[in-house]
Amino acid sequence: MKRRDFLAATAAAALPLACRPKPAFPFGGELVGPNLALGHWLKGGAFPDPERFEPISTLVVGGGVAGLSAAWRLAGGGLDDFAVLELETEPGGTSRSGQNHVSPFPWAAHYLPVPDRGNHAVLRLLKECGVLEGFDAKGDPVFAEEATVRAPEERVFAHGQWWEGLYLRAGASPEDERQYHAFFREVDHWAAFRDRRDRPAFSIPRSRCSDAPEARALDQLTFAAWLDQHGLQSPRLRWLLDYACRDDYGSRLETTSAWAGLFYFAARKQGPGEDSRPLLTWPQGNGFLVDHLRRASGDRLRCGVAATAIRPDKDGLLVTAWDAANQRRLGWRARRVIFAGPQHVAKHVVEGLARPTAARIHNAPWLVANLTLRARPKEPTFPLAWDNVLRDSEALGYVAATHQSLRDHGPTVLTWYRPFAGADCDAERARMRALDWPACARMVLDDLRPAHPDLTELVTRLDVMRWGHAMVRPTPGLLWDPEFLALARPFGAVHFAHTELSGLALFEEAQDHGVRAAEEVLAALGRRGKSWR
Amino acid sequence: MDEAAQPTLKAPLLFLSVLLISSCGLIYELVAGTLSSYLLGDSVTQFSTVIGVYLSAMGLGSYLSKFLQRGLARRFVDLELAVALVGGFSAPILFQAFAHTHAFRVVLYSVVASVGTLVGLEIPILMRILKDQIRFKDLVAGVLTLDYIGALFASLLFPLLFMPKLGLVRTSLLFGLLNAAVGLWSTHLLVSQLGPTRMIRLRCLAVLAILAVGLAFAGKFTLAVEEEIFADEIVYARDSEYQRIVLTRGRGSFQLFLNGNLQFSSADEYRYHEALVHPAFGVRPDAQRVLICGGGDGLAVREVLKHPSVREVVLVDLDPAMTDMARRQPMVRTLNGAALDDPRVRVVNADAMVWLQENAVAPFDLALVDFPDPNTYALGKLYTARFYRLLQRRLTADAVIAVQSTSPLMARESFWCITATMESAGLKVRPYHLAVPSFGVWGFALASKRDFAVPTRVLPGLRHLSDEATAAMFAFPKDMDRVPVEVNRLDNQVLVHLYAREWRRWS
Repeated sequence: MKRRDFLAATAAAALPLACRPKPAFPFGGELVGPNLALGHWLKGGAFPDPERFEPISTLVVGGGVAGLSAAWRLAGGGLDDFAVLELETEPGGTSRSGQNHVSPFPWAAHYLPVPDRGNHAVLRLLKECGVLEGFDAKGDPVFAEEATVRAPEERVFAHGQWWEGLYLRAGASPEDERQYHAFFREVDHWAAFRDRRDRPAFSIPRSRCSDAPEARALDQLTFAAWLDQHGLQSPRLRWLLDYACRDDYGSRLETTSAWAGLFYFAARKQGPGEDSRPLLTWPQGNGFLVDHLRRASGDRLRCGVAATAIRPDKDGLLVTAWDAANQRRLGWRARRVIFAGPQHVAKHVVEGLARPTAARIHNAPWLVANLTLRARPKEPTFPLAWDNVLRDSEALGYVAATHQSLRDHGPTVLTWYRPFAGADCDAERARMRALDWPACARMVLDDLRPAHPDLTELVTRLDVMRWGHAMVRPTPGLLWDPEFLALARPFGAVHFAHTELSGLALFEEAQDHGVRAAEEVLAALGRRGKSWR
Repeated sequence: MDEAAQPTLKAPLLFLSVLLISSCGLIYELVAGTLSSYLLGDSVTQFSTVIGVYLSAMGLGSYLSKFLQRGLARRFVDLELAVALVGGFSAPILFQAFAHTHAFRVVLYSVVASVGTLVGLEIPILMRILKDQIRFKDLVAGVLTLDYIGALFASLLFPLLFMPKLGLVRTSLLFGLLNAAVGLWSTHLLVSQLGPTRMIRLRCLAVLAILAVGLAFAGKFTLAVEEEIFADEIVYARDSEYQRIVLTRGRGSFQLFLNGNLQFSSADEYRYHEALVHPAFGVRPDAQRVLICGGGDGLAVREVLKHPSVREVVLVDLDPAMTDMARRQPMVRTLNGAALDDPRVRVVNADAMVWLQENAVAPFDLALVDFPDPNTYALGKLYTARFYRLLQRRLTADAVIAVQSTSPLMARESFWCITATMESAGLKVRPYHLAVPSFGVWGFALASKRDFAVPTRVLPGLRHLSDEATAAMFAFPKDMDRVPVEVNRLDNQVLVHLYAREWRRWS
């Protein structure tokens, strides 16, 4: 192209740009999944049967962590004849991750507290991924340095500057300090608790927890009421604990069970008086674990396929599904089905399933944004950490994807989290769904502006994921309700696996249910072996 | 005023001011030339272009002088004041322009052209003032003789006296004062042609005062407030994407600072770099492929290239501004012997740890780790067990590593933390130390995957290290001997905290 032609072409191209109104944001982005339309379409019911039903031993419905873990366990038990159906185009559920030219990044769950020596399934998984390096002289697991959260782990923005750690020590009164220590003495008490069968009150996964009445009693009151009972009113302490509830449960002190509130802290203690367990993380968050788990399924994982109905047949189950990518109906005749989706979907898909307790499960909606930055914001105070929290915010702050990949300079991706923690999940969901991309982008930038006034100029892209049903809320009275716990039991030949069956949204809970359901299936198929749990 | 009645000018004294103003003019030219070659490197180009622009601007000034018709004496005094201000502040203006704008060359040539034009006006106007008093042949001979003698004084005194004693900023301000003083003195010498002198003298005094204030606060005028901190004159300063790079010069040597921390002094860096490089070669005298992490100043490369076995050197330094300076800044380039332009050397600008993690390259026989001290988390990661593990992945089985590891005397726990961390990564480590006057007692760690003996032979012909001196570095007296410390890991970064605590005692 000649120079003159080039100039002419440039001018011609620039003309409409110049006439257009100035865009509201100097960067692009979009709302990405999950696939609301396809998901909600399932509720419509009435799907015609496919032309044929393919025989299969076991069908796993749902390719989140529970479903992938079930498949991982089935494959480990020597069962090859299975398939995993996932509605979305990518597996992993709320442990999904993404990747762009700067870095891989999480779309939701992004860490795992290091498991204790009794958490066999997680240890097995981490060993397979090369993260568990061995055991020390005391028999405790040793993890790869590069997977352990790199220091500085967290910082908090308050009073116009960043401070190391999450609990703001600067300016704390002696009474604040006293209450802080009093709370952690209570945590230590519960960390030390063992019942008559030597089970701890709090452990991960919760299937290892004691059902002793004194521990279960904690589930009868809210975390806020429990704090009141113990005279813990320090605003700093209550901020920290409320943050923990929003972060792990998408709920508030006033709507969280005290059992769940204490679980968050006591289950992570290495022992009474000791530090919390370190965290394991990866640039793509728990997407790292998903990438490993999905390998066990290989091409038996079918993404973009939604199970539309599961109904009993003479010797097994008939499963119909919709292959959205190829626009065709599919069918299987399965001996067993592991339903690894939430109960609010199960009731539309599993024929004859009527479990009123399931209506007591409430899932908090979450908004997650990934901001790609061309350079780091200016940091005159405490430097960028892995987890960066703004104290005076409804959101939870952001995680820097490049922190763990050791990139301290240049472009980065920040993953920003905001739970909709209001008491009414349905109303909160409607509120979130009403936000279009510009509204979401504005929400993110407005939230971060106090800490990073220069951010807008640094963002090159901002993508948003609206999770309608991100996290089950551990509301008081739910977690130890026998009818709630019974939701994990099979319904005919349909087995259930999902983190919400624990009442806690954690990778380990999803994995535990997946492994349990798979072991139920293996036993039913006559493949009894040593449990991985 | 009674002087107003005086009929003739004081011609001999006016000749003396020719001497002074020509000295001033040449000083401004030398300041601009020196400053631009410090900052931009390539002194031949800088001096040529500065002299060219300056002389042609003088020509322009001489030409423009014909348009000045009346009130020549008053014009002359104003001219002196203008030269005093522009020339006097030329060095501070240029340093500021370099530090804060991207248009340093534009400012440089504008300042040089302005000063040149003004200086070019001086002599023609003075000659026209004097032309009625003195015969033309005497006038031309006298003025030009003194003009050239003034240039000689300036060119001799600038490198011998003013640069070493005062530095660029104070020199330029001092000569600005001299120019303004000539202006004030001229109001006395030219009083017969000036008419009322009160206002013009006040102007002279004001300019003198401004320059005097400039001189008093020369440190603050140069590059932020750094000159006070650095004690010596700053000759190069650049804010790169990663750090602030400052070169200072004084007391017969020059120094490099990164973010205000001394990296080397040209007076004793040979002790540091010989100790970093040659003991490792004592263990692997046949090393062919050498990796250097950090060390963008090129001084370690200089030492490495003394070994005839070396075929390839890969230098991984984060900051292109640093390696560019090492290539182009004349003082640094001379000190490192243009090592970075040696055909055996490949420079990679990357974070060394990310580079080690993500780039598979042929294994190295020898690695030198020369990072700044661990005073931030971003630097602390370069001293973790993970770093030494990643490094070993890029080395041959019998490769040897030398790591700068801060002072075993001033930061004893930090020093031994680095040793303990390297050991935890599966290395056999032999720490050593020597005195580097600019730093104090300084420590290193020599390591290899296999056990090895303390080196007892080094390359002959070094300035500091001999065979005996090398062996002696490995003995630790009691006050620097090993202390138990935690291992520095990515997830604890204990070294950053240790280091901050220990060095606080000494600052």
